[in-house]
Amino acid sequence: MSQQGEQLVKITVKVNGRTYTHEVPPRMLLVHYIRDVLGLTGTHVGCDTSNCGACTVIMNGKAVKSCTLFAFMADGAEIITVEGLASNGKLHPIQEGFRENHGLQCGFCTPGMIMTLYDFLNRVKRKPSEAEVRRAIEGNLCRCTGYVNIVRSALWAAERMYGGGGGGR
Amino acid sequence: MYPPEFKVLVPSSLEEALKLLKEHGDNAKILAGGHSLIPMMRLRLVKPEVVIYLGKVPGLRYIRENGSTIKIGAMTTHGEIESSSLLAEKNPLLQETASKIGDLQVRNMGTIGGSIAHADPAADYPAALTALEATVVLKSLDGEREVKVDEFIQGPYFTDARPDELLVEVRVPSLSGRFGTAYEKLYFRATDFAIVGVAAYVEVDGGAFSRVRVGLTGVGDKPVRARQVEEELVGREASEASIEKAADLASEGLEPPSDVRASSEYRKKMAEVLTKRALTRALSKAKGG
Ligand SMILES: Cc1cc2nc3c(=O)[nH]c(=O)nc-3n(C[C@H](O)[C@H](O)[C@H](O)COP(=O)(O)OP(=O)(O)OC[C@H]3O[C@@H](n4cnc5c(N)ncnc54)[C@H](O)[C@@H]3O)c2cc1C
Ligand code: FES
Ligand code: FES
Repeated sequence: MSQQGEQLVKITVKVNGRTYTHEVPPRMLLVHYIRDVLGLTGTHVGCDTSNCGACTVIMNGKAVKSCTLFAFMADGAEIITVEGLASNGKLHPIQEGFRENHGLQCGFCTPGMIMTLYDFLNRVKRKPSEAEVRRAIEGNLCRCTGYVNIVRSALWAAERMYGGGGGGR
Repeated sequence: MYPPEFKVLVPSSLEEALKLLKEHGDNAKILAGGHSLIPMMRLRLVKPEVVIYLGKVPGLRYIRENGSTIKIGAMTTHGEIESSSLLAEKNPLLQETASKIGDLQVRNMGTIGGSIAHADPAADYPAALTALEATVVLKSLDGEREVKVDEFIQGPYFTDARPDELLVEVRVPSLSGRFGTAYEKLYFRATDFAIVGVAAYVEVDGGAFSRVRVGLTGVGDKPVRARQVEEELVGREASEASIEKAADLASEGLEPPSDVRASSEYRKKMAEVLTKRALTRALSKAKGG
């Protein structure tokens, strides 16, 4: 997607551990860079209006909506997408949580949900309360599940990551 | 949805950013976290020819105490303000406000400088910043000036900043003594802007209110202080009964907009209700609750 004569910006981005260098037009959105240029289609576009969170990826450790960033803003950044969570064929506890607890139906919102929870659970470093999980996923919409099993999946994952107990605020 | 073509410039120092601003001024837009500008560009509501990205300018991201003032760099994110232990102790009003903006992802990207410069009449910060009599520092090649936030924000999406000026810092007081603060926000969906937002800051001395500040957002073209409420309360017994009486004055003189989310009447009523709630919670904190 580049018009003739349009400026191109050179960016270097580390995505799921691999370093890429590309020239991109300024108006290319990060989500399109990830999906169309890198071919990582696990990151979805749900609303295109910054509301649904399906496009959430981790940039420098933090969950961001990749439809609301230009690709050039990721220059020099480290990005993790849903494809980068499993290691050595082993699912991340959050992914496992969704599988074990029926945390998805159509699955469209799932990558975004998982990436938001990845930021949140890495940040709290303990098992959170249900209310805290619900607050963390305020920016992620799901049209299928009614959220109950998503929250359950998150709590299951937190227990895997940090052990039981707690319950937070 | 792609915005129309534009040219991006990525300065790597403040000096360079100011030079570019001077050069491109009117045709350029500054890009901070992008969480207001990018949605607007995608809807083609704004079509800048040139975008000057601040992400690589060092030294605009900090929260530090300097005597009785806390200085916050323009590029500090809502999330960093929310999780600042300095602010939690010395300016919990700003910290609570940040925690109620948008959602986790929005707070990870959006910046305080961008929010103030954008001047959305329903943005959250202006309520607290008005109540706190906060200031912003504007910088250009010609120098620097400090402006009170409620003078800086002049109307919807309209500020006192010249095209060659950059908002570089926000200054809020470091609070101490027997004070309490609270921000009450009314919204329909969790990630939404405020329908009405009320920030309260009170100080109590010998059983009476010694200082009261109430700032409102979402009730007009720009944030306002509920001065009638403040004047009514100062010197009165620090009690819920006093608040009950005074809070009804919060809507006096307001002419809030009517839109799809709420009518003008409803907003006026909510200004009173939220003022009461914010003051009550602030008082209970001042009393050590
Ligand atoms: C889904 C969603 C929900 C949201 N919910 C809320 C909410 O509940 N409450 C709320 O208050 N906000 C909300 N916002 C807005 C959010 O807080 C924005 O991040 C903020 O308003 C703008 O900050 P930014 O850093 O993203 O600025 P940008 O979008 O980069 O810039 C905004 C404007 O300010 C100018 N600008 C930016 N930085 C400077 C500077 N240093 N000096 C001079 N001009 C500058 C830009 O040129 C532009 O015109 C929401 C946004 C989204 C996408
Ligand atoms: S596609 Fe990014 S928030 Fe919906
Ligand atoms: S599982 Fe279908 S949208 Fe969430």
